[in-house]
Amino acid sequence: MAEYRTHQYDVLVIGAGGAGLRAAIEASAHGAKVGLVTKSLLGKAHTVMAEGGAAAAMGNVDERDNWKVHFSDTMRGGQYLNNWRMAELHAKEAPDRVRELEAWGAVFDRTKDGRILQRNFGGHRYPRLAHVGDRTGLEMIRTLQDHGIHQGMEVHMEHTILTLLLDSGRVAGAFGYDRERGRFVLFQAKAIVLATGGIGRAYRITSNSWEYTGDGLALAYHSGAALMDMEFVQFHPTGMVWPPSVQGILVTEGVRGEGGILKNKEGRRFMFDDIPENYRNQTADNPEEGWRYTQGDRDARRPPELLTRDHVARCIMREVKAGRGSPHKGVYLDIAWIKEKLPNSAEHIKRKLPSMYHQFKQLADVDITKEPMEVGPTMHYMMGGIKVDAETEMTTVPGLFAAGECAAGLHGANRLGGNSLSDLLVFGKRAGEHAAEFAKKNGAGRIDEAAVDGAAKEALAPFDRNHSSVEGPYQIQHELQEMMQHNVGIVRTEHEMHVALDEIIRLEEQASRVGVYGNREFNNGWHTALDLPNLLTVSEAVTRAAIERKESRGGHFRDDFPEKDANYGTFNIMVKQGPGGEMQISRVPTVEMPAELKQVIEENK
Amino acid sequence: MANATFRIWRGDDKGGKFVDYPTEVGEGMVVLDAVLKVQAEQANDLAARWNCKCGRCGSCSAEINGMPKLMCMTRLNTLDLNKAVTVEPMRTFPPIKDLVTDVSWNYKTKLTIQKFNPRKPDFADGTWHMVQADVNRIQEFRKCIECYLCQDVCHVLREHKKFDQFIGPRFFVHTAALEMHPMDTSDRTKDLKDKHNVGYCNITTCCRKVCPEEITITENAIIPLKERVVDEYYDPLRKLVMKIIGS
Repeated sequence: MAEYRTHQYDVLVIGAGGAGLRAAIEASAHGAKVGLVTKSLLGKAHTVMAEGGAAAAMGNVDERDNWKVHFSDTMRGGQYLNNWRMAELHAKEAPDRVRELEAWGAVFDRTKDGRILQRNFGGHRYPRLAHVGDRTGLEMIRTLQDHGIHQGMEVHMEHTILTLLLDSGRVAGAFGYDRERGRFVLFQAKAIVLATGGIGRAYRITSNSWEYTGDGLALAYHSGAALMDMEFVQFHPTGMVWPPSVQGILVTEGVRGEGGILKNKEGRRFMFDDIPENYRNQTADNPEEGWRYTQGDRDARRPPELLTRDHVARCIMREVKAGRGSPHKGVYLDIAWIKEKLPNSAEHIKRKLPSMYHQFKQLADVDITKEPMEVGPTMHYMMGGIKVDAETEMTTVPGLFAAGECAAGLHGANRLGGNSLSDLLVFGKRAGEHAAEFAKKNGAGRIDEAAVDGAAKEALAPFDRNHSSVEGPYQIQHELQEMMQHNVGIVRTEHEMHVALDEIIRLEEQASRVGVYGNREFNNGWHTALDLPNLLTVSEAVTRAAIERKESRGGHFRDDFPEKDANYGTFNIMVKQGPGGEMQISRVPTVEMPAELKQVIEENK
Repeated sequence: MANATFRIWRGDDKGGKFVDYPTEVGEGMVVLDAVLKVQAEQANDLAARWNCKCGRCGSCSAEINGMPKLMCMTRLNTLDLNKAVTVEPMRTFPPIKDLVTDVSWNYKTKLTIQKFNPRKPDFADGTWHMVQADVNRIQEFRKCIECYLCQDVCHVLREHKKFDQFIGPRFFVHTAALEMHPMDTSDRTKDLKDKHNVGYCNITTCCRKVCPEEITITENAIIPLKERVVDEYYDPLRKLVMKIIGS
């Protein structure tokens, strides 16, 4: 029998980034006893890295903005594979969620008339992102944290969940361990909210931290929940490329929002060379118009640097492949050039983009007020994830909810910058509310002791394999990252993805022989070993879904099928575990949009 | 590639020692890169916290060659690699294992500070009127990434161990952000004097010097808080007036 501590909750929230914290706050507000589990210390989740802002059509800067425009922008950005109901709820509710943060102490940058300032961002028609310089995520997570700790929730820091426990198909609890001492913990819960974020660590070049190993997706999948849109992985166009140790670290889109331009080594502003048809009407004809847009000229259209991320990333790849890139296989992002336009440009840049200034100065010896940055695509965000109901965020498993990056639906084939922070708030709140409601209506489930024992044994197995012929956890992880980067990265082909499937099988076999040494106390090697199965599960799901989609759309680009195919616009790809444990892929037709929403999209074309 | 030696503290709450790890280092590397390389190649069970790797999350605080720093923002080219680079945990907090310390006291301490308490909204949509000039100062405080390096270096905590009476620079910055928030209506001055003992700080500015976010902790946060306490409780003229009107 495994030894463990037990905690009992109405609602257990797994993950304490923006979505998890917002869900925990809401569930507490509905009277639920809430436990919040986080893999790191509280306040360190990846939300902290969000730079640009939270998209909400408040119309503070341009009163022409409203939910209808935001909804249309989101659907266009997602290439219409989005769950339209989620996109509608998101656009309608985001303003209230942002205002609520202000009521909880957040201090956004201000307009001249004393309201929340909003900035331009890729794919958003009007200035829409509520922000604080380029550290909006920090402001958001700290506000939620400082508000949340007074709401009565119990926080379990540095805990990792190994498995979800079911009782006749519904959720009954979760079993995991604390990192600090390596002891097992059982959480009995009437409802569980997954808010575990993304899968960045499946790739070598990523903006994500060690935490993002697809835990929530794998936990849900193994509990019988469906995953969706797994082929849609967002490569942010601008990550750092030099020096090697900082490769992948994010360079905010805000740099382009403030007037930054992309150039190849010949000095050509290559983004003007390829403007997609469905954005032509909204894109500037010339550099001058683009500049005026970034400076708030309401009659100007956006510069091509602010096209959607999938498109900008591919244009950068094209330049690099054609030999027109920078010395370290990136391109140049130049904000220093605005000195031609603005007096005191150096001060202006430091005020608008303080973190970027700091980051380049300290990590790359580059002064962004004087010289251009070298940037290239970095794996940033997972559009796909756990399939949820739009209204309640419940997955296909009763009592199991999901919100934020680990859930699928809102973003379709490509997410617009700024739509993530608002996603966390809108759907985190909804998930917390409905999880609390589910807990009220349903008693506690029975805990499957055999499943607990099994999970404990499996977790400790790597310690029994500490002899010389075993595999090291870090080596397997690095191999997987390198392999996914190469075979299922930003440009994909059928052949390479089949190679990837073979490699995943090989790495799974290696992972089953992974060995660790030392004791159970804060043993990073052991933790890395336990993360491997999750990374392998999500890597397989991404690869299988990407093979199934034989077209190019949004974040999914196939070299062997470079065009968009209208037939593929009629369904989402679903991933589920079959009865024999095998991964099954199916096509689920998209639901027809109601006439009034079609009308909204038509009006905002 | 050059070689360098990292002298990393290995141990737990019962004690420990420095262990030398020679490793290859390359262009642009930071101390965290070296520690993670050692962890992946030579010491899988080496305990270290990290997340963002670019100075935003405040997880990888440590003492590098005796100086409190973020490992992710300390470039190797700022260190003398002819000598071993020592990397040890923050010494003010109880050790857990290797570079990881028990910082839970900070989380408990934050709960003792009265929470944000806003006045009624100014606008019908539930928002408030504030101009940029009103919020510039507290935006500086709100840059804090809670790395606790300021707590690590504070004498009142490090040498005098006043953990039960004193909240440390981080939480004076937090209190200042609340006190100077244009919307906030609570008064935390009495707590500052009696419970959080802002008077213990003798403004040596050590905290400000190690802050990776370059928050002017001492001058912009702590001294104004001290002034509030003095104004309210130690103003002789006020005392006299109070005496006369008999309150």
